[in-house]
Amino acid sequence: MKKNINILIVGVGGQGNILFSKILGDVLLNVGYDVKISEVHGMAQRGGSVVTYVKAGEKVFSPLVDRAEADYILAFEKLEALRWLEYLKNNGILIYSDYEIPPLSVITGAYEYPDVEKILQTVGVKACRVEVKKLLSQLGNSRVQNTLMLGFFSRFLDIDEALFKKSIERNVKKEFIEINLKAFELGRRIEMCEVEK
Amino acid sequence: MKKLLLGNFAVARGCYEAGVKVATAYPGTPSTEITEAIAQYDEIYCEWAPNEKVALEVAIGAAIYGRRAICSMKHVGLNVAADPLFTASYTGVNAGLLIAVADDPGMHSSQNEQDTRNIAKAAKVPVLEPSDSQECIDFVKIGFEMSEKFDTPVILRLTTRIAHSQSVVEEGQREEVKFEYKKDIQKYVMMPAMARPRHEFVERRLKSLKEFSETIGINKVEQGTEKMAFIASGIAYQYVKEAYPDAWVLKLGMVWPLPERLIKDFCSRFEKVYVVEELDPFLEENIKAMGINNIVGKEIFKLTGEYSPSFIKKAVENKEVELPYKVKQTLPPRLPVLCPGCPHRGIFYVLSRLKDVVITGDIGCYTLGALSPFNAMDSCVCMGASIGMAHGISNASDKNQKVIAVIGDSTFVHSGITGIIDAVYNGSDILVMILDNSTTGMTGHQDHPATGYTIKGEQTYKLDLMSLCRALGCVAVEEVNPYKIKENVVKIKQLLDLPGVKVVIAKAPCRLHRRHKFTISKRYIDFEKCKNCRLCLSLGCPAISLKDKPTIDTNLCLACGMCEDVCKFGAISSQKEQ
Repeated sequence: MKKNINILIVGVGGQGNILFSKILGDVLLNVGYDVKISEVHGMAQRGGSVVTYVKAGEKVFSPLVDRAEADYILAFEKLEALRWLEYLKNNGILIYSDYEIPPLSVITGAYEYPDVEKILQTVGVKACRVEVKKLLSQLGNSRVQNTLMLGFFSRFLDIDEALFKKSIERNVKKEFIEINLKAFELGRRIEMCEVEK
Repeated sequence: MKKLLLGNFAVARGCYEAGVKVATAYPGTPSTEITEAIAQYDEIYCEWAPNEKVALEVAIGAAIYGRRAICSMKHVGLNVAADPLFTASYTGVNAGLLIAVADDPGMHSSQNEQDTRNIAKAAKVPVLEPSDSQECIDFVKIGFEMSEKFDTPVILRLTTRIAHSQSVVEEGQREEVKFEYKKDIQKYVMMPAMARPRHEFVERRLKSLKEFSETIGINKVEQGTEKMAFIASGIAYQYVKEAYPDAWVLKLGMVWPLPERLIKDFCSRFEKVYVVEELDPFLEENIKAMGINNIVGKEIFKLTGEYSPSFIKKAVENKEVELPYKVKQTLPPRLPVLCPGCPHRGIFYVLSRLKDVVITGDIGCYTLGALSPFNAMDSCVCMGASIGMAHGISNASDKNQKVIAVIGDSTFVHSGITGIIDAVYNGSDILVMILDNSTTGMTGHQDHPATGYTIKGEQTYKLDLMSLCRALGCVAVEEVNPYKIKENVVKIKQLLDLPGVKVVIAKAPCRLHRRHKFTISKRYIDFEKCKNCRLCLSLGCPAISLKDKPTIDTNLCLACGMCEDVCKFGAISSQKEQ
């Protein structure tokens, strides 16, 4: 019997949520899970807050992950990690990028961008912060945050690394395969965070 | 081989395997990918139509001629196509006709939450509702067979969580299907003398369809081990199965007409049966009308928005889910914004500076002009409504109110043209601004008659909006560059004072469109010259944010140069300071 895994991928429209879930879903399907993925299109593409759900298990019915049901939340933007935090189940793990994209409400001065680290501490959640900005500048490409995060996240799943790479090759456009594989490897080599040691 | 497939792609795959010959649509989230995916198959003729009414007429023609046809749209598109639908129900088909309609509970990208089942019932056509991607493939094939067997259009009803969810499918082979065309005016020419017997036919057909629904395999009872019972279809079925895996479920794959005997028999076995359906109490009311009274529906399940497994549990058991992690403070909202470099931004900046003008808006990316910092839109009702509404406002005010209608190029072709004809014919004094970004932006860059390309990317005749508007009788038709803010303030004020119907075409391609290449020369702020007046922030550009002074994020900047045009101190330029 395969254990159910519920994953939320959150961020801002245009950060590669959907591609991330496609690659991950493909891997999970190949190791024998039933998989469902749900995504939202339309208005959300224009810089709005975006969430994608990936669910795997023996048999998956609903494509949605509800509040207090996610084993993992992967946040491609810091503030979005806070916005979706109540979807995390007890003892679930939050993996978040240090990337900041101030929303218009902050740009215009109506709100302040919150101190995400401090709030996460007070909430008392198991969280891993990924220094994405630094790593992406090493790669010289800011558009592969999603595969970089996937590389890091892949270590939380007991699945052969090669399967992830094959899935990247299947799902990424030819000219971008190499850079995405590089980003994946870089992500996979990030030192494991405290919560999972 | 098993693979993950998006519901919409699965519908397209089903059409391919079912031997479909013609596919038509106007793009609309969450239905768009059906037709985009069909366009990949060379065996199927495929097109973007100017609107859903035309699209359905094309499909009806193909079906009557003897070739299987599909027409896809979102729920509000079915309102536009309702006219041909209601009579196609009378004419029937020859080869199968499937209409895929995607409802949007929760309004992720729609202006209302309507329930397609009501229109199907009113048009007296059957409805199938798949609950995952495999069923999308299967139900398309069942739909075509039903359509031919019962001589009726069939509606395939999807919702966002079916259309835009990926689940596992196995693909099959294509089978070609072809029927002979026979001229038959009794059946296809709906004037009163011929339509009367066709109405009799439609009522008889509904009866046979009802009988058929009793035995069709996709309406089935799933045995449970607990004494709990549900009736559900589509995505609601999946939510029920997840919330109560041990309950009895009557799963309805065909949701209109309903299998009365099957439902009566099911309900008689339980003390209480929950009917779970998003949006309207369609199943509930029709089941109650059968004289069944032990069902529980909208008194505990909401009428609005999306459902989820925990919502169903909460409604049935009346208990809240405990949340282990909760952020107490209010977070800054992240609403959608116009993209960096978006040409619409320049126009809305200008419009936001006008006083005492009512601005009627329309459906598309530019609807975002209603939000802060522009607040430059007073209404948004449906495709094409901006022009008719502007004309209405102008005349209601005895023409002393200045009115501007804002509409996109794709929307203008969809249903804005007739609005102009009305305004010109009835002597209106309005300014129409066509925000022409040479694509259908909001749904993801689909072509339309004014882009000069077909759905397959082939070049075709390009509708000339300038000459069209002149031919419609507008007193002034001018093209402007939306990035030239200072010029446009003057131009728009001048035109507003002219009597008659004026058109400004603000033309610059969508910055996200692959077809258009842009030369990039990013903008920088010279902090010596910057007086921190923050006027550039009022452009609402995601690339400009406030540190101590406004700063441009060069990763996001798409070099449209509007900030340079707005800055009064010449602090912004493409020269990086040393």
